[in-house]
Amino acid sequence: MKQWTTAIFALLLLAGCSAVQPSGETGTAAPSGEITVYTALEDDQISSYLALFNEQHPEITVNIVRDSTGIITARLLAEKENPQADVVWGLAATSLLVAEQQEMLEAYAPAGLERVRAEFRDSDTPPHWVGIDTWFSAFCVNTVEVEKSGLTMPTSWADLVKPEYKGLIAMPNPASSGTGFLSVSAILQMMGEEAGWAYLDQLHENIAVYTHSGSKPCRMAGAGEVAIGISFDYRAVKQKEAGEPIEPVFPAEGSGWEIEANALVRKSEIVPAAKVFLDWAIGDDIMQLYAGSYPITSVATEIPIPDGYPADPLAQLVENDFVRMAGEREQILAQWTERYDGKSEPR
Amino acid sequence: MSQRTLPPGRAEPGRLAKITSEEWLRRSLLLLLLGVLLVGILLPLVPLGMRSLSDPQGNFVGLDNYVRYFSSPGLTSSLFNSLTIAGKTTLLAVGLAFVYAWALARTCMPGKHFFRAVALLPLVVPPLALAIGLVYLFGRKGLVTTGFFGFFEQNFGIALGFDLNLYGQNGILLGELIYCFPQAFLILAVAASLADARLYEASQVLNASPLRTFWSVTLPEMRYGLISAVFVCFTLAFTDFGIPKVVGGNYNVLATDIYKQVIGQQNFVMGATVSIVLLIPTVLAFVADRIAQRHQNAVLTARATPLHPRPTPLLDRFALVYCSLVAAAILAVTGTVIYASLVDVWPYRLELTLRHYDFSKVGGGGWEAYTNSLWMAFYTAGVGTAIIFAGAYLIEKNRTWGPLRQTAYFLSMISVALPGLVIGLAYIFFFNPTHWTLLGVEMPNPFAGLYGTMAILVLSNIVHFYTVSFMAATTALKQIDGELEAVSASLGVPFYRTFWRITLPLSLPAVAEIALYLFVNAMVTVSAVILLYSPQIKLASVAIVNLDDAGDTAAAAAMSVLVIAACLTVRILYFWITRPLHRRTQAWRLP
Repeated sequence: MKQWTTAIFALLLLAGCSAVQPSGETGTAAPSGEITVYTALEDDQISSYLALFNEQHPEITVNIVRDSTGIITARLLAEKENPQADVVWGLAATSLLVAEQQEMLEAYAPAGLERVRAEFRDSDTPPHWVGIDTWFSAFCVNTVEVEKSGLTMPTSWADLVKPEYKGLIAMPNPASSGTGFLSVSAILQMMGEEAGWAYLDQLHENIAVYTHSGSKPCRMAGAGEVAIGISFDYRAVKQKEAGEPIEPVFPAEGSGWEIEANALVRKSEIVPAAKVFLDWAIGDDIMQLYAGSYPITSVATEIPIPDGYPADPLAQLVENDFVRMAGEREQILAQWTERYDGKSEPR
Repeated sequence: MSQRTLPPGRAEPGRLAKITSEEWLRRSLLLLLLGVLLVGILLPLVPLGMRSLSDPQGNFVGLDNYVRYFSSPGLTSSLFNSLTIAGKTTLLAVGLAFVYAWALARTCMPGKHFFRAVALLPLVVPPLALAIGLVYLFGRKGLVTTGFFGFFEQNFGIALGFDLNLYGQNGILLGELIYCFPQAFLILAVAASLADARLYEASQVLNASPLRTFWSVTLPEMRYGLISAVFVCFTLAFTDFGIPKVVGGNYNVLATDIYKQVIGQQNFVMGATVSIVLLIPTVLAFVADRIAQRHQNAVLTARATPLHPRPTPLLDRFALVYCSLVAAAILAVTGTVIYASLVDVWPYRLELTLRHYDFSKVGGGGWEAYTNSLWMAFYTAGVGTAIIFAGAYLIEKNRTWGPLRQTAYFLSMISVALPGLVIGLAYIFFFNPTHWTLLGVEMPNPFAGLYGTMAILVLSNIVHFYTVSFMAATTALKQIDGELEAVSASLGVPFYRTFWRITLPLSLPAVAEIALYLFVNAMVTVSAVILLYSPQIKLASVAIVNLDDAGDTAAAAAMSVLVIAACLTVRILYFWITRPLHRRTQAWRLP
């Protein structure tokens, strides 16, 4: 008797469960206009963006997989043998460079490509990836804590190494966070190798904790766990809007930055709907929406810079050689890890 | 065990044929189990292991990656840190859980149902929520650290603040302790609840002191459960990455090293290498466990009479105080999560609000994700319990095919050593490709259809939580004397009837615990499914991570509270539904 129950349960596992989810590859074999999109855009952004797409292209069903940059990139690369995604939307350009190196991206020139600023897309023609916006490093400073402890407001990278901030700063670990890496790479490019590492040595003295996620330092600052979190612009502005005592500070020397970009995934069956989506994703209508959350978009818009950002955001960005940084990433991380990681926690 | 003493001449010719067909059934079931375990646990590790021997381009490089990893300076400290955490957690969690389980089973303290429920409460709290709770209690702005926001200082002029220095070893230890305590308790509670009263009577008659009785009766009979609990806590604390990730600060452990390699740098080769390194201590622990268990005999013999504790005022009072303290700690962390979900802006605007429970403005999949999680948890509990309990039975109450049973046992035990992230990664490499290339030969992947379905999520959950459930089942089964089976067999009752009529009903409490354990874990787990969920099947636990990631910590806390509520509801429903059944099948335990 028991073996029948076991058998029935086993059948349930195989049949019942797959009935719930009849086909795992709806994205691949989808002449019906269904596509799977991998994205690292923020959840609240996606819902308004997608509403626009559904309105303009009701015939195409979009399945979204949204996660942090690291998880999405890891998934994308791990599925290399049998890609599930049709399109990557708003993922860090450095991640897409890795995917491109592994020949996972199909070159495609979306309609209206010529409007996109040259430094915001792959230099190949047709390009493997096309940017939509940028994000850049910003400090989240907790005004309540600063006042309470009688600290001065930091305004620059140079300020952060002042002894008064000892143990009060959180920073993302560049080995696990893209935001962490863009800050470190900006410092190294701005100050040069030698001075850059010397600066990071000093900064290390003031760091309370290195976090695994790029938004965590800002959240810690928002909750008063630290006074200053080295994070990125959107997070700082959004937390201030949410009523946390956060003042976004954009360092005087300039910010490290990164592009969020789209790409077409190379696979045996590329559905036309995927290209429709990519065309739409750099169109004028959606750019208006991007501009509502980010001050810099890859296609210029008339939308005013959202509150809380610097007036001239482009001037805030440091010179950034993506390709070189991608090439040197492993070596930089190895050196960073040897210097600062794996030490017992500072007191 | 005593079946071995059956005289060989007893099997008559007619009986022999029957036993053979029964034996055939037994063997095919065992093979089926082995097949599930192979596909679920062992085979997916093959592509992972291969990657650790290749360079990123896929060329074979031998042990290069291992040499590179072992020569990197961070490793010694990570390995040492992992061992420290695992060692300390095991000592504390098993110690605390042992006394707790013993107090519940062997004293007459009041409120046992309550204390039992509280002990298992952390199981239903998503790990991330646990971390949120810890930060809000012991972080720099935590309730405890600031002395309840300076409440005592303002009102009584005494500063009661206490800084635990959360981020780092202390935080990980505290988190792992709360995480491992219910797991150890689950195993030890089963062990403590089945006792032979005759031994205690004998002890009393012999005028042995309570301490002596504890030392020579209680401890030995709980030995199996204790060793199991040590093994489980050690491997769980050794492989967990969620808690170190959130409150670990700069204290690196092996599991966060994997995270840094795989998620931070997409270096699968190194990630695979560290994963394999991580398996080594667990395999060693497994071998140690195996050696220690070799002489285990059934505690509950066919002649056993169940033990019913008698009131001992002093001991009962001690038990009550002790359990209250532990329960208070657990409730404080959970309560803080609930409080955090209600506070407007922590810690600056402490007005209470329900606004975080409105998920319409935040992402994560909302109610659909919640429903998916519920379904996934139901499937995991149903299918998982059937496979795991039947599997434990086939391995434990079976005498044929020793090596096969050993293999199945090994596979059942080894799954605990696999961090969820490793399972997720291994599953992608194994289930996703449409074709496998093995030694240059290409073959179609028969399991490719599973990828992206509910079935693979369920399978990954069953595998992820196999060991603890399996050990609970084994502990329960070991306590039922093999003689019961021998008697049935000699009366010509086929084994499946004995299983259905005797073994299963006797083990019903353990089966119920396993089903609930699987259900709640499937509800709260993140690490394996975060790499496996498909766009059509979003999950509540993943939504919590994404909400927290997006800075909506309070919304994440609110979603956690809903997950906790679902688990508790199921628990209560289950209790109501099974109580009559329970009363009927467990009457033998009553006086």
